Amino acid sequence: MSQSNDRVFWPGNEIIVEAALRAGCTFFGGYPITPSSEIAAHMALRLPQIGGTFIQMEDEIAAMGAVIGASLAGAKSLTATSGPGLSLKQENIGFAMMAEVPCVIVDAQRGGPSTGLPTAPAQSDIMQARWGTHGDHSVIALTPTYPRELYIETIRAFHLAELYRTPVYVMLDEIMAHTTESFRIPSADECGIIKPRSEYTEARVNSWRPFNDYFQGQHLHITGLSHTAEGFPTTNPAIVHKSILHLVNKIVNAQPQIERNAEYLLDDADIAVITFGSPGRAAREAVLAARANGIKVGIFRPITYWPFPVQTVRDLVDRVKAVVVPELNLGMLALQVEKSAMRPEVRIHPVNETGGIAIEPERILAAIEEAQRGI
Amino acid sequence: MGFDYSPWLRPEMMPNIWCPGCGVGIIVKAFIRAMSACGWNRDDTAFVSGIGCTSRAPGYVNMNTLHTTHGRALTFATGIKLAAPDKNVAVISGDGDAAAIGGNHLIHTCRRNIDITLVIVNNGIYGMTGGQYSPTSLPETRAATSPYGNLDRAFDLCELSKAAGATYVARGHVGNAIFLERLIKGGLEHKGFAVIEVMANCHTQYGRRNKHPDPAELIQFIGSRAVSVSQWSKLAPEERGDKFPVGVLHKDTTVPEYTETYKVVQARARERLKAES
Repeated sequence: MSQSNDRVFWPGNEIIVEAALRAGCTFFGGYPITPSSEIAAHMALRLPQIGGTFIQMEDEIAAMGAVIGASLAGAKSLTATSGPGLSLKQENIGFAMMAEVPCVIVDAQRGGPSTGLPTAPAQSDIMQARWGTHGDHSVIALTPTYPRELYIETIRAFHLAELYRTPVYVMLDEIMAHTTESFRIPSADECGIIKPRSEYTEARVNSWRPFNDYFQGQHLHITGLSHTAEGFPTTNPAIVHKSILHLVNKIVNAQPQIERNAEYLLDDADIAVITFGSPGRAAREAVLAARANGIKVGIFRPITYWPFPVQTVRDLVDRVKAVVVPELNLGMLALQVEKSAMRPEVRIHPVNETGGIAIEPERILAAIEEAQRGI
Repeated sequence: MGFDYSPWLRPEMMPNIWCPGCGVGIIVKAFIRAMSACGWNRDDTAFVSGIGCTSRAPGYVNMNTLHTTHGRALTFATGIKLAAPDKNVAVISGDGDAAAIGGNHLIHTCRRNIDITLVIVNNGIYGMTGGQYSPTSLPETRAATSPYGNLDRAFDLCELSKAAGATYVARGHVGNAIFLERLIKGGLEHKGFAVIEVMANCHTQYGRRNKHPDPAELIQFIGSRAVSVSQWSKLAPEERGDKFPVGVLHKDTTVPEYTETYKVVQARARERLKAES
């Protein structure tokens, strides 16, 4: 498996499992929910083979609790879910943020609200990933598109979780979860940093509370209450305020290091297609077709979605004359682009789908052509 | 010589938040003495709680301590125990925490029979939030949210735990700390999920609304309702009234413990992997 020229034929959900194991994940706590179910099933098969632990808990809240507990005991830990499960997990995700517990949450998005479209694609949880839990906080969410990207970004999610002492989301959608295709397993260099938690000494500055795990002789107290840098509850306004600023700023200030985008044919582009996740693939086909018709159009995809690459998008929108934003929701990314862009004359052409189907390249092409006519 | 609590406590965290006369301190001390009697090493022990008055206990105890979200303590504790099966994991919880918002986690932790000891401090009321009725409030209890009397029936947490599969179930009360220590010690020594319910006083939120405003009197009143397991079986149903049995109510050493069973799963997985390769 470590052979860099190995080609494999895996569905997205299996890619996540194999990448997580490569990143050193030894614990999975989950609850059955489509379209993420295969992640748990594959973890149940694989983790005990390597001496790790899989558990199916009684609900999503419990799964998130178990993941946090396992991480506090030293295990790199993962859970996977979809929209309704993500709603339930938010309580304990907030705990993991507040108590600075590294862990990774995969969300294979399906249509909502509520039970919505159980096994059909959507990208409508992206704002819940950002704002789902109560209280001021920052968050890291990664939105890959292609199988290799999914593999690499899953590994990076574990790295970022350890480095910034926080839960990290990997957001995919049903299309990516279930599409099986051939790809080459990335080499060690391509995977980025993989190392045990004990070697993350550089992460100390990102931890407000004492850094260590349990059972290391430190007798840590870990709480979801506002706490001092020693980890104990406090209501001192100055200390509480400082601790919240720490939680938010450790991620906000690291935005340049966390930022990762994919750009395609943007150098001479008049039109930028800004998209994320699986619509990025339809966008590529549409852009190639538009280019064949002489339209100068390219693609920008944030792979680190949160924190959002505000400045990069601002610079991009400054360079182009129109923007097309395809997404499997009613404009969550478009809202972010609008917020980032400073020039009101740049028109945003949304392409939205909430019916549980993919956005066809033809729809994106039509939006590109419409944008071209408006330039 | 009295027991030396000093290595077990965090003096810098005192005074605690509990009302004068609260029984939680008696129970935490019994818990500590039981851990000590079992030879538990503080470095190798995680003490976990949820939210509520009782759940503030781990903050005062000097070991690896975790104060989680409301009702979820057992889920965090399960994660710790699974990731570190050779370590000791104990949980302390109130009745609202364990049996209302955490009720689902309670029954499933019982069912798994994972080697965790849970002490439920049952004072039949939500203390911290202002005296609302809980799932263990007796019918007609006056509470902030039952000004005309509680119309719910109360959970019997020991019967619930036993039925759900806990393999050590005991009940004590706040008026007999020595007996309580013995019951908790039995739970800590037991290989499997142990539930010890402690009938406790909240004179502040329960007592003052229900004719027991004095903590010492309320503790005595609770003690007067306690009947040993052997005596309990001799009581006719009409004699039982508001009394409750105390002692070890259930113990089963034949059920496999969860983390031990998971080692079998790991061995099977390795075997199958070997056979396939």
